[in-house]
Amino acid sequence: MLHIYCPHCGESRDEEEFHPAGQAHIERPKDPDACTDKEWGEFLYFRRNPRGVHHELWVHAAGCRKFFNMTRNTQTYEIKEVYKLGEQPSVVAE
Amino acid sequence: MSDAMLNEQVEATKGKMVMNQIPADIVGESPLHHADLETLASRGQDQGGVHLKEKSLQGLLILRAKPDEAQMAEIESVLGVALPTTPLTSVEMAGGKGDVSVRWVSPDEWFIVVPATVAFQLESDFQTSVSGHYSLVNVSSGYTILQLSGDNVVDVLKKSTPIDVHPSVFPVGKVVSSVFAKSGAMMLRRIGDNAFELIIRRSFADYIWLWLQDASMEYGLVIEA
Repeated sequence: MLHIYCPHCGESRDEEEFHPAGQAHIERPKDPDACTDKEWGEFLYFRRNPRGVHHELWVHAAGCRKFFNMTRNTQTYEIKEVYKLGEQPSVVAE
Repeated sequence: MSDAMLNEQVEATKGKMVMNQIPADIVGESPLHHADLETLASRGQDQGGVHLKEKSLQGLLILRAKPDEAQMAEIESVLGVALPTTPLTSVEMAGGKGDVSVRWVSPDEWFIVVPATVAFQLESDFQTSVSGHYSLVNVSSGYTILQLSGDNVVDVLKKSTPIDVHPSVFPVGKVVSSVFAKSGAMMLRRIGDNAFELIIRRSFADYIWLWLQDASMEYGLVIEA
Protein backbone atom coordinates (compact mmCIF):
# COMPACT_ATOMS: atom_id res chain seq x y z
CA MET A 1 0.00 0.00 0.00
CA LEU A 2 1.19 3.49 -0.78
CA HIS A 3 1.46 6.13 1.89
CA ILE A 4 0.35 9.36 0.25
CA TYR A 5 0.89 12.87 1.56
CA CYS A 6 -2.14 15.12 1.07
CA PRO A 7 -1.00 18.74 0.62
CA HIS A 8 -4.38 20.03 1.84
CA CYS A 9 -4.65 17.93 5.01
CA GLY A 10 -0.93 18.22 5.63
CA GLU A 11 -0.29 14.61 6.56
CA SER A 12 0.33 11.21 5.04
CA ARG A 13 -2.63 8.92 4.68
CA ASP A 14 -3.31 5.42 3.47
CA GLU A 15 -3.75 4.82 -0.26
CA GLU A 16 -7.27 3.52 0.48
CA GLU A 17 -8.44 7.12 0.99
CA PHE A 18 -7.30 8.28 -2.46
CA HIS A 19 -8.31 7.83 -6.06
CA PRO A 20 -6.14 8.47 -9.09
CA ALA A 21 -7.75 10.76 -11.64
CA GLY A 22 -5.47 10.31 -14.62
CA GLN A 23 -2.79 12.42 -16.20
CA ALA A 24 -2.11 15.89 -14.78
CA HIS A 25 -1.58 19.17 -16.62
CA ILE A 26 -4.02 18.50 -19.47
CA GLU A 27 -4.91 21.87 -20.90
CA ARG A 28 -8.21 22.36 -22.66
CA PRO A 29 -7.79 24.14 -26.01
CA LYS A 30 -8.50 27.82 -25.42
CA ASP A 31 -10.83 28.05 -28.42
CA PRO A 32 -12.35 24.62 -29.14
CA ASP A 33 -14.14 25.87 -32.28
CA ALA A 34 -10.86 26.91 -33.82
CA CYS A 35 -8.80 23.79 -33.18
CA THR A 36 -8.41 20.92 -35.59
CA ASP A 37 -10.02 17.51 -35.10
CA LYS A 38 -6.57 16.13 -34.36
CA GLU A 39 -5.92 18.65 -31.58
CA TRP A 40 -9.36 18.11 -30.07
CA GLY A 41 -9.04 14.34 -30.33
CA GLU A 42 -5.66 14.40 -28.61
CA PHE A 43 -7.02 16.61 -25.85
CA LEU A 44 -9.95 14.28 -25.27
CA TYR A 45 -8.50 10.82 -25.71
CA PHE A 46 -4.73 10.65 -25.93
CA ARG A 47 -2.85 10.15 -22.68
CA ARG A 48 0.76 9.50 -21.86
CA ASN A 49 1.65 6.11 -20.50
CA PRO A 50 5.31 6.42 -19.57
CA ARG A 51 7.49 3.88 -17.91
CA GLY A 52 9.12 5.99 -15.23
CA VAL A 53 8.37 9.48 -13.99
CA HIS A 54 4.76 10.52 -14.58
CA HIS A 55 2.67 13.48 -13.43
CA GLU A 56 -0.74 12.40 -12.20
CA LEU A 57 -3.88 13.94 -10.78
CA TRP A 58 -5.15 12.40 -7.55
CA VAL A 59 -8.11 13.12 -5.31
CA HIS A 60 -8.29 12.65 -1.56
CA ALA A 61 -11.66 10.98 -1.99
CA ALA A 62 -12.38 9.85 1.56
CA GLY A 63 -10.67 12.81 3.20
CA CYS A 64 -10.84 16.46 2.22
CA ARG A 65 -12.08 15.57 -1.31
CA LYS A 66 -9.60 17.97 -2.89
CA PHE A 67 -7.57 17.29 -6.02
CA PHE A 68 -3.78 17.56 -6.13
CA ASN A 69 -0.94 16.56 -8.41
CA MET A 70 1.59 13.85 -7.82
CA THR A 71 4.85 13.01 -9.55
CA ARG A 72 5.23 9.26 -9.41
CA ASN A 73 7.52 6.65 -10.90
CA THR A 74 5.22 4.15 -12.60
CA GLN A 75 7.91 1.48 -12.54
CA THR A 76 9.03 1.62 -8.90
CA TYR A 77 5.87 3.26 -7.45
CA GLU A 78 8.13 5.82 -5.79
CA ILE A 79 6.31 9.09 -5.13
CA LYS A 80 8.71 11.91 -5.97
CA GLU A 81 6.54 14.80 -4.81
CA VAL A 82 2.99 16.06 -4.38
CA TYR A 83 1.95 19.59 -5.25
CA LYS A 84 -1.26 21.59 -5.44
CA LEU A 85 -3.17 22.36 -8.61
CA GLY A 86 -1.79 25.35 -10.47
CA GLU A 87 1.75 24.64 -9.33
CA GLN A 88 4.47 23.25 -11.54
CA PRO A 89 6.40 20.08 -10.69
CA SER A 90 9.99 20.47 -9.53
CA VAL A 91 10.82 16.88 -10.49
CA VAL A 92 10.50 16.09 -14.18
CA ALA A 93 11.55 13.14 -16.37
CA GLU A 94 15.02 13.41 -17.88
CA MET B 1 -21.73 38.32 -13.95
CA SER B 2 -20.53 41.51 -12.32
CA ASP B 3 -19.93 41.75 -8.58
CA ALA B 4 -22.70 44.31 -8.26
CA MET B 5 -25.24 41.99 -9.86
CA LEU B 6 -24.07 39.08 -7.75
CA ASN B 7 -24.36 41.12 -4.57
CA GLU B 8 -27.83 42.22 -5.62
CA GLN B 9 -28.88 38.59 -6.03
CA VAL B 10 -27.39 37.66 -2.68
CA GLU B 11 -29.26 40.55 -1.06
CA ALA B 12 -32.52 39.50 -2.71
CA THR B 13 -32.38 36.00 -1.27
CA LYS B 14 -31.67 37.06 2.32
CA GLY B 15 -34.06 35.66 4.86
CA LYS B 16 -35.96 33.66 2.27
CA MET B 17 -34.05 30.46 1.86
CA VAL B 18 -34.27 28.91 5.30
CA MET B 19 -36.83 26.33 6.30
CA ASN B 20 -37.28 24.96 9.80
CA GLN B 21 -36.63 21.28 9.26
CA ILE B 22 -38.01 20.20 12.62
CA PRO B 23 -41.40 21.84 13.08
CA ALA B 24 -43.04 21.30 16.47
CA ASP B 25 -45.53 18.67 15.23
CA ILE B 26 -42.93 16.26 13.86
CA VAL B 27 -40.96 13.85 16.03
CA GLY B 28 -37.49 13.07 14.73
CA GLU B 29 -36.22 9.51 14.41
CA SER B 30 -32.57 8.61 14.40
CA PRO B 31 -31.31 6.26 11.65
CA LEU B 32 -30.63 3.77 14.46
CA HIS B 33 -34.18 4.02 15.77
CA HIS B 34 -34.82 0.38 14.83
CA ALA B 35 -31.89 -0.79 16.99
CA ASP B 36 -33.66 0.54 20.09
CA LEU B 37 -30.46 1.47 21.91
CA GLU B 38 -32.39 2.67 24.93
CA THR B 39 -33.79 -0.77 25.67
CA LEU B 40 -30.39 -2.34 25.00
CA ALA B 41 -28.84 0.13 27.43
CA SER B 42 -31.19 -0.83 30.22
CA ARG B 43 -31.12 -4.59 29.57
CA GLY B 44 -27.64 -5.18 28.18
CA GLN B 45 -24.35 -5.74 29.96
CA ASP B 46 -22.82 -2.90 31.95
CA GLN B 47 -19.20 -4.13 31.96
CA GLY B 48 -17.03 -4.10 28.87
CA GLY B 49 -14.10 -2.57 27.03
CA VAL B 50 -16.11 -0.51 24.57
CA HIS B 51 -18.90 1.92 25.35
CA LEU B 52 -21.23 3.13 22.60
CA LYS B 53 -23.62 6.03 22.83
CA GLU B 54 -25.58 7.55 20.00
CA LYS B 55 -25.76 11.32 20.10
CA SER B 56 -28.83 11.36 17.94
CA LEU B 57 -30.80 14.14 16.30
CA GLN B 58 -28.24 16.92 16.47
CA GLY B 59 -28.28 19.97 14.26
CA LEU B 60 -25.64 19.38 11.60
CA LEU B 61 -24.65 22.03 9.10
CA ILE B 62 -22.07 22.13 6.35
CA LEU B 63 -20.53 25.51 5.68
CA ARG B 64 -18.59 26.11 2.48
CA ALA B 65 -16.82 29.40 2.01
CA LYS B 66 -13.51 31.01 1.25
CA PRO B 67 -13.90 33.74 3.84
CA ASP B 68 -11.96 36.98 3.77
CA GLU B 69 -11.27 38.78 7.03
CA ALA B 70 -14.61 40.62 7.12
CA GLN B 71 -16.65 37.48 6.43
CA MET B 72 -14.56 35.54 8.94
CA ALA B 73 -15.50 38.09 11.63
CA GLU B 74 -19.18 37.94 10.68
CA ILE B 75 -19.18 34.14 10.85
CA GLU B 76 -17.44 34.28 14.22
CA SER B 77 -20.05 36.66 15.60
CA VAL B 78 -22.87 34.36 14.46
CA LEU B 79 -21.28 31.09 15.63
CA GLY B 80 -19.66 32.41 18.77
CA VAL B 81 -16.39 30.76 17.81
CA ALA B 82 -13.88 31.44 15.05
CA LEU B 83 -13.65 28.92 12.22
CA PRO B 84 -10.66 26.63 12.66
CA THR B 85 -8.34 27.31 9.72
CA THR B 86 -5.59 24.88 10.67
CA PRO B 87 -6.17 21.56 8.86
CA LEU B 88 -7.61 18.68 10.92
CA THR B 89 -8.57 20.79 13.92
CA SER B 90 -11.83 21.65 15.63
CA VAL B 91 -13.14 24.22 18.05
CA GLU B 92 -15.84 23.86 20.61
CA MET B 93 -17.78 26.20 22.82
CA ALA B 94 -20.34 25.45 25.49
CA GLY B 95 -22.98 27.87 26.66
CA GLY B 96 -23.92 31.06 24.88
CA LYS B 97 -26.41 30.30 22.15
CA GLY B 98 -25.90 26.61 22.81
CA ASP B 99 -23.11 24.11 22.47
CA VAL B 100 -21.31 24.69 19.21
CA SER B 101 -18.65 22.47 17.70
CA VAL B 102 -16.97 23.36 14.42
CA ARG B 103 -14.78 20.84 12.63
CA TRP B 104 -12.41 21.47 9.75
CA VAL B 105 -13.25 19.26 6.76
CA SER B 106 -11.26 20.76 3.92
CA PRO B 107 -9.68 24.16 3.20
CA ASP B 108 -13.07 25.66 2.30
CA GLU B 109 -15.45 23.42 4.23
CA TRP B 110 -16.51 23.14 7.87
CA PHE B 111 -18.88 20.79 9.70
CA ILE B 112 -20.93 22.49 12.41
CA VAL B 113 -22.65 20.54 15.19
CA VAL B 114 -25.24 22.30 17.34
CA PRO B 115 -28.28 21.16 19.34
CA ALA B 116 -31.17 20.45 16.96
CA THR B 117 -33.26 23.28 18.34
CA VAL B 118 -30.55 25.82 17.54
CA ALA B 119 -29.92 24.86 13.91
CA PHE B 120 -32.81 26.80 12.40
CA GLN B 121 -31.93 29.95 14.34
CA LEU B 122 -28.29 29.62 13.33
CA GLU B 123 -29.23 29.32 9.66
CA SER B 124 -31.45 32.37 9.92
CA ASP B 125 -28.68 34.33 11.65
CA PHE B 126 -26.31 33.42 8.83
CA GLN B 127 -28.82 34.71 6.29
CA THR B 128 -29.16 38.07 8.00
CA SER B 129 -25.65 38.64 9.33
CA VAL B 130 -23.13 37.08 6.96
CA SER B 131 -22.39 38.89 3.72
CA GLY B 132 -20.66 37.70 0.61
CA HIS B 133 -20.51 34.33 -1.04
CA TYR B 134 -20.97 31.18 1.04
CA SER B 135 -23.14 28.10 1.32
CA LEU B 136 -24.69 26.76 4.50
CA VAL B 137 -26.67 23.55 4.21
CA ASN B 138 -28.59 21.80 6.95
CA VAL B 139 -27.63 18.13 6.71
CA SER B 140 -29.02 17.08 10.10
CA SER B 141 -31.04 14.21 8.66
CA GLY B 142 -28.16 12.88 6.59
CA TYR B 143 -25.84 11.89 9.41
CA THR B 144 -25.80 10.60 12.96
CA ILE B 145 -23.14 10.80 15.64
CA LEU B 146 -21.75 7.84 17.57
CA GLN B 147 -19.60 8.28 20.65
CA LEU B 148 -17.16 5.48 21.37
CA SER B 149 -15.20 5.21 24.58
CA GLY B 150 -13.64 2.65 26.88
CA ASP B 151 -10.34 0.86 27.40
CA ASN B 152 -10.52 -1.11 24.16
CA VAL B 153 -11.89 1.57 21.87
CA VAL B 154 -8.51 1.93 20.14
CA ASP B 155 -8.51 -1.80 19.38
CA VAL B 156 -11.88 -1.48 17.66
CA LEU B 157 -10.70 1.55 15.68
CA LYS B 158 -7.59 -0.32 14.56
CA LYS B 159 -9.82 -2.96 13.00
CA SER B 160 -11.90 -0.35 11.24
CA THR B 161 -9.77 2.45 9.88
CA PRO B 162 -6.25 3.00 8.50
CA ILE B 163 -5.87 6.19 10.58
CA ASP B 164 -3.18 6.21 13.27
CA VAL B 165 -4.99 7.07 16.51
CA HIS B 166 -2.00 7.10 18.84
CA PRO B 167 -2.19 10.18 21.12
CA SER B 168 1.15 11.47 19.79
CA VAL B 169 -0.34 12.00 16.33
CA PHE B 170 -4.03 12.14 17.21
CA PRO B 171 -4.41 14.60 20.09
CA VAL B 172 -7.70 15.67 21.64
CA GLY B 173 -9.60 17.88 19.24
CA LYS B 174 -8.15 16.43 16.04
CA VAL B 175 -10.61 15.69 13.26
CA VAL B 176 -10.08 13.50 10.24
CA SER B 177 -12.28 12.37 7.38
CA SER B 178 -11.39 8.89 6.34
CA VAL B 179 -12.82 5.46 5.75
CA PHE B 180 -14.40 3.49 8.56
CA ALA B 181 -15.06 -0.17 7.88
CA LYS B 182 -14.74 0.62 4.15
CA SER B 183 -17.57 3.13 4.23
CA GLY B 184 -16.65 6.70 3.47
CA ALA B 185 -17.74 10.13 4.70
CA MET B 186 -16.65 9.85 8.22
CA MET B 187 -15.09 11.93 10.88
CA LEU B 188 -13.22 10.67 13.81
CA ARG B 189 -12.31 12.75 16.73
CA ARG B 190 -10.69 12.22 20.05
CA ILE B 191 -12.84 13.98 22.61
CA GLY B 192 -11.18 12.50 25.65
CA ASP B 193 -8.29 10.20 26.38
CA ASN B 194 -10.09 7.08 25.16
CA ALA B 195 -13.12 8.71 23.65
CA PHE B 196 -13.89 9.22 20.00
CA GLU B 197 -16.77 10.59 18.02
CA LEU B 198 -17.85 9.23 14.65
CA ILE B 199 -20.06 11.13 12.27
CA ILE B 200 -21.55 8.57 9.95
CA ARG B 201 -23.90 8.71 7.02
CA ARG B 202 -27.51 7.83 7.66
CA SER B 203 -27.45 5.16 4.97
CA PHE B 204 -24.45 3.46 6.56
CA ALA B 205 -25.75 3.71 10.13
CA ASP B 206 -27.18 0.20 10.31
CA TYR B 207 -24.13 -1.33 8.65
CA ILE B 208 -21.76 0.41 11.08
CA TRP B 209 -23.94 -0.50 14.04
CA LEU B 210 -23.66 -4.17 13.01
CA TRP B 211 -19.92 -3.76 12.36
CA LEU B 212 -19.32 -2.20 15.78
CA GLN B 213 -21.21 -4.98 17.54
CA ASP B 214 -19.09 -7.56 15.78
CA ALA B 215 -15.78 -5.72 16.18
CA SER B 216 -16.26 -5.07 19.89
CA MET B 217 -17.71 -8.48 20.76
CA GLU B 218 -14.40 -9.80 22.11
CA TYR B 219 -14.00 -6.81 24.45
CA GLY B 220 -17.61 -6.53 25.54
CA LEU B 221 -19.88 -3.80 24.21
CA VAL B 222 -21.76 -1.56 26.61
CA ILE B 223 -24.60 0.49 25.18
CA GLU B 224 -25.30 3.77 26.90
CA ALA B 225 -28.55 5.61 26.47
